[in-house]
Amino acid sequence: MTRIETIFRDARQQGRRLIMPFVCAGHTKPDTLVHFLPALQHAGAGVVEIGLPFSDPIADGPVIAAAMHDALERGTTPEQVFNQVAQVRASLDIGLVAMVSVSIVYRAGGPDGFAAQAAQAGFDGVIYPDAPFEEADDLLAAAREAGMTASLLISPTTPAARAEAIAKACSGFVYLLARTGITGERSDAPDVAGRVAALRKATDTPIACGFGISTPEHVRAVVQHADAAIVGSALVKRMSQAEADGQDAVEAAVAFVRELVQAAAEVSKPEPDTGNEPVTESD
Amino acid sequence: MTPTTPTTPTTQDTQTPDKTPAPIVRISDAPTAQGRFGRFGGSYIPETLVAACTQLKEVYKSIQRDERFWEELRDLQTYYTGRPTALYLAARLTANARARASHGHGATILLKREDLAHTGAHKINNTLGQALLTKKMGKRRIIAETGAGQHGVASATAAAHFGLECDVYMGSEDARRQRLNVTRMKMLGANVIEVDSGSRTLKDATNEAMRDWMDSVEHTHYIIGSVVGPHPFPMIVRDFQSVIGQEAKAQCLRHIGKLPEAIVACVGGGSNAAGIFYSFIDDEHVRLIGVEAGGTAIEPGKHAAPLTHGEPGILHGSLSYVLQDKDGQTSDVHSCSAGLDYPGVGPEHAYWKESSRVRYTSCSDDEALDAFLHLARAEGIIPALETAHAIAEGIRLAIEMREDEHVLINCSGRGDKDVEEAARLLKARESD
Ligand SMILES: Cc1ncc(COP(=O)(O)O)c(C=O)c1O
Repeated sequence: MTRIETIFRDARQQGRRLIMPFVCAGHTKPDTLVHFLPALQHAGAGVVEIGLPFSDPIADGPVIAAAMHDALERGTTPEQVFNQVAQVRASLDIGLVAMVSVSIVYRAGGPDGFAAQAAQAGFDGVIYPDAPFEEADDLLAAAREAGMTASLLISPTTPAARAEAIAKACSGFVYLLARTGITGERSDAPDVAGRVAALRKATDTPIACGFGISTPEHVRAVVQHADAAIVGSALVKRMSQAEADGQDAVEAAVAFVRELVQAAAEVSKPEPDTGNEPVTESD
Repeated sequence: MTPTTPTTPTTQDTQTPDKTPAPIVRISDAPTAQGRFGRFGGSYIPETLVAACTQLKEVYKSIQRDERFWEELRDLQTYYTGRPTALYLAARLTANARARASHGHGATILLKREDLAHTGAHKINNTLGQALLTKKMGKRRIIAETGAGQHGVASATAAAHFGLECDVYMGSEDARRQRLNVTRMKMLGANVIEVDSGSRTLKDATNEAMRDWMDSVEHTHYIIGSVVGPHPFPMIVRDFQSVIGQEAKAQCLRHIGKLPEAIVACVGGGSNAAGIFYSFIDDEHVRLIGVEAGGTAIEPGKHAAPLTHGEPGILHGSLSYVLQDKDGQTSDVHSCSAGLDYPGVGPEHAYWKESSRVRYTSCSDDEALDAFLHLARAEGIIPALETAHAIAEGIRLAIEMREDEHVLINCSGRGDKDVEEAARLLKARESD
């Protein structure tokens, strides 16, 4: 069993929901990860999603796109990210998942080459945000081969049958988009109940839900149903803000993650609704 | 539709006798159902956009045998766009080339006058087709990215014609150097959204248009302006632009009694080039030459020539040649021409390059400026700065070719939008 699978299994058994912070590698300081990852573990994060900065992230809104450009301007490279992860991996229990554009994967040795380097550095899984199901065979196989989990995205625009097929192709967890559109903070809480329930009927794979989850209240709404809530822009914005105000970005992030973890804990119940009822057609 | 030539040898069967009906895979058969042109192309997009691309694929398939769709498009091309555009024998340009050629050399130069199409460039061929598809899909809004502003103007025009809402994304640097087209778009009722991120040019406008589409797919169609992006866009845009080559082929047969020996087109994303090349792809004896923006130098950041200087990589939804660093980050690019100032190129061109069917080269900002003035003064035709790249290479080729040969240049657009920028560049050059 991979580390990611173990983390989700244990959480389910203990009735805990996970917070998965998204951080952009190289944002605010080139070597932030070395301090940041231990601090996030301490704050109660379950799995950390580490975004490899990309010059043209089309699924990202202004906050994360700016963080990525900031990281690239500081010279952040995949190699540096791998080195930083390798430095702290042994001291951590949390899961570390790389969020990486296929543009980078293609250049960093292709699916196999990239997966081998990521696994070697200590990543436990990969999320491919711009590889739809049809283009993902090699990517999924390469991650699995390297001992990592691989997650694809399911959108509100994904038809039910396709969503099931994607969920079955994922390992570790499925990334369920809370909304259409790009990443970024939103004021309204997402409604994922129906889509989570439909997916539960098709798969036992844990469901992590992200995009536009911005507040403890949103977290509570999401983890009523999903196994985990992914929080990106809201966190990245706090870091950028702290940096601009001359404060410690990592400290600001950790304080926010604590709030989110607290919110998720309030929802915990013995067994998440894993939908083991009889399978019925849904659409 | 496509007039056939007496003999049409294809790439794979040149060794076999003419009449053997061998099961052959022609270069023109691409893409596959998955959108692959050889190993290039594909569909690397966030899941949220998959449904929209699938819908587009299905609608496009459904209209293949829908005579009414094509009739409506043909009528628009005839009565609205003003097609067929002229095939023009550029006598003074030819004479000038001959004067510089060695004895017996100096080919006749023909221009395919896409600059005479309504709105002043080939871009209208694509936007009318895609706007019709938008109606078919029951969507009420279109969005577009634009560099030179020609695709933006053509989109705004199609939107006005069909009564659609229209938002156009344009890099703020491009909005500066193509101010006339910004004004035209606004006059046509479109909303122009200036993009200030990154290099503030075409690549960044494309990012923003895709981001818009992520949240508007239900009621909005994204009219991509060139043969780039995820499947099925490269195929659809090529098909709508292929009217250029179909007409040119028939016109050549009628006026010069043969196909031209060489065809030249500029390559930004590659739509005017694909449009004129496609009907000739299987005519192996016709040399096809694509001209990229050589900018000011061959160092990274000083040109926009991915097929000449780049490597395979993924950008904006497909695998093609791109200008990237070793980590896959998109490089800065430069061209005096906003429509060529793009780090990627359509996947079909990557396929044509690797199969050696098309030769790709580049010409510099300076050469393009010279050709811009040369065409204006020799023929009374002010070309777009994009087009001027093809003119420069076409003249160079004509000088090398034999006197009895013909070179056909795609005159992709008119240069009204460029006169101020060209004047500025020429003045800067004088004071150097
Ligand atoms: C007149 C003209 N020619 C050529 C181009 C380049 O695009 P493509 O390579 O898709 O034809 C443009 C783009 O704006 C243009 O306006």
